[in-house]
Amino acid sequence: MEPFVRLTAVAAPMDLPNIDTDRIIPARFLRRPRESGFGPLLFHDVRFDASGTERPEFVLNRPAYRPARILVTAENFGCGSSREMAVWALLDHGIRVLIGPSFGDIFFENCFKNGALPIVVPAATAAALRQTLAARPGTALTVDLEAQTITGPDGAAIHFEVDGFRKHGLLTGRDELALTLEQMPAIEAFEARRRAEMPWLG
Amino acid sequence: MAGSGLTLFEKIWRRHVVTEGPGGRSLLYVDRHLLHEGSTHAFGRMERKGLAVRRPEACLATADHYVPTAPGTPEIADPEVRRMVADLGRHTGRLGIPFFGRGEPRQGIVHVIGPEQGATQPGILLVCGDSHTATHGAFGALAFGIGSTEVEHVLASQCLWQRKPRVMRITVSGTRAPGIAAKDVILAIIARIGAGGGVGHAIEYAGPVIRAMSMDERMTVCNMSIEAGARAGMVAPDETTFAYLQNRPLAPRGDRWAQALAYWRTLPSDPDAVFDREVTLDAADIAPTVTWGTSPQDALPISARVPDPAAVGDAARRASMERALAYMGLTPGAPLAGTPVSRVFIGSCTNSRLEDLRAAAAVARGRRAAVPAWVVPGSGGVKRAAEAEGLDRVFRDAGFEWREPGCSMCVGMNGDTAAAGERVASTSNRNFEGRQGPGARTHLMSPAMAAAAAVTGRLTDVRTLA
Ligand code: SF4
Repeated sequence: MEPFVRLTAVAAPMDLPNIDTDRIIPARFLRRPRESGFGPLLFHDVRFDASGTERPEFVLNRPAYRPARILVTAENFGCGSSREMAVWALLDHGIRVLIGPSFGDIFFENCFKNGALPIVVPAATAAALRQTLAARPGTALTVDLEAQTITGPDGAAIHFEVDGFRKHGLLTGRDELALTLEQMPAIEAFEARRRAEMPWLG
Repeated sequence: MAGSGLTLFEKIWRRHVVTEGPGGRSLLYVDRHLLHEGSTHAFGRMERKGLAVRRPEACLATADHYVPTAPGTPEIADPEVRRMVADLGRHTGRLGIPFFGRGEPRQGIVHVIGPEQGATQPGILLVCGDSHTATHGAFGALAFGIGSTEVEHVLASQCLWQRKPRVMRITVSGTRAPGIAAKDVILAIIARIGAGGGVGHAIEYAGPVIRAMSMDERMTVCNMSIEAGARAGMVAPDETTFAYLQNRPLAPRGDRWAQALAYWRTLPSDPDAVFDREVTLDAADIAPTVTWGTSPQDALPISARVPDPAAVGDAARRASMERALAYMGLTPGAPLAGTPVSRVFIGSCTNSRLEDLRAAAAVARGRRAAVPAWVVPGSGGVKRAAEAEGLDRVFRDAGFEWREPGCSMCVGMNGDTAAAGERVASTSNRNFEGRQGPGARTHLMSPAMAAAAAVTGRLTDVRTLA
């Protein structure tokens, strides 16, 4: 996993609430191998029409937002299906940071596992950011994970929360499984206790 | 001492903590891991890394998402899909994981076969790389969906790092009127708390209406917890649960059964347990319900009219409603009942169990389908049980198509899709844009309501069919 420390990039606003992972990547593409690249599949059915031509009105197709690496979203972005390919598609397209009032729980977790940073901010903060980005297309934001700040064009920093475990994982690009396997003695002790107390579980 | 009691959720959580980690995370032990074709990405990565599966016997795999469901188990036409299903067979074979593949009589939707086999039990922690894993919470288990990286993590370590969610209790009081299905109850709940209302929470469903439900009905309710944003939904185990489980192939037997039962009886939330949030619904307010939009929260009684975005003050909400209505091809103010449908789908992990098929068959019996209507049983077991009761005959006589088990038209990934612009009356769980195929328009409802739509060709209040 590629570590994440700091990013300055164009941010794009997505105003609709409840954007589900079926919309982020339609189910018919999930069978593809990881190596094939999921970037062109991102938001496929809203980004392209039935003939495969870009819909010019879709936010990421607009020239000013094409280089976007940050998305500022509305409530419950990434709800629905657990498909991790939703995060793969965002990453392969270049999006590394999502900022919004809330995210689907499974999607939120999947982001951290793949080196993407979802940031929860108050709804009013997200709405104000989206307004700024819509008023001045192509505006860049700076996201600093170490300092836990988002900085806009006016230079004012917005502080955000992230739990220490996830922050450390992203900063170092560390593999969580390696950390777990260090706990093997505790896991084995747990299994022995479980066998004694709940033998019916096998 | 007041307030010192524990919730069902808390009791199970505590029992599964292996160790506490940094950042308020706990390493939890996983009792049961269910797998399907979607897990092949994780198996492939493990094979490349040379990782072993820690407890193959704790796993159970099936082929459901991609299998064709046309009658007569034909060959899989699409080479990519054929490879995916074959890969699942190869990996599970190589790793010693029990696998119900195509043609195996116990094959079916992962959330139907777990309970059917007795693999789903009270008090366990169960995961699956699928967001509808909350279904298994109907047994008083802690069950939730995980991503593909987490699937790999569980296979390799039998554990998972989790941050404890908050717990919400949703109490459904009163009694259901005749003709009100479990699906109506959960759609009403989602409409009430919203598609994001349960984010960060585990839900416990409680109250007399839930208590009176059968296991099939409780599974329908828990299944759609994710549609309210909650990863886990659960119901306290009781005599209904135990009666369902007894003598299932993987349920404990003899002394072990008695031992398990004694433990299961300790699981229900203590009377003085405190929840982070409480929501109460009165069953008297719940009518046969259908969705009109592209989020499961867009649900209304069948007697209602298509809502008018112009009447909504909030600009973001208005824009999202306008988009949903344009996609759905509906006119504000038009009555929902009477809207013509193009086809009907009865199936999915929400509503493909025996009782669901019985409810649909009761409506289909002696009538004729006016539009193409599919019935896709949730598993080989459900299919055989339904056939033993003659339900297949009822459906066929009414012009419905009786198909092979699988996810089918719940999700547009296996060839069973609706065409662009087609309006589908569906018993599945998601009415998202494109869920049943690009441009397909999904209305969610109960099996009886879907059967009513099939025989009239329109969205119909099943109670008017008498
Ligand atoms: S039936 Fe639908 S929701 Fe359920 S597991 Fe299959 S695809 Fe997912």
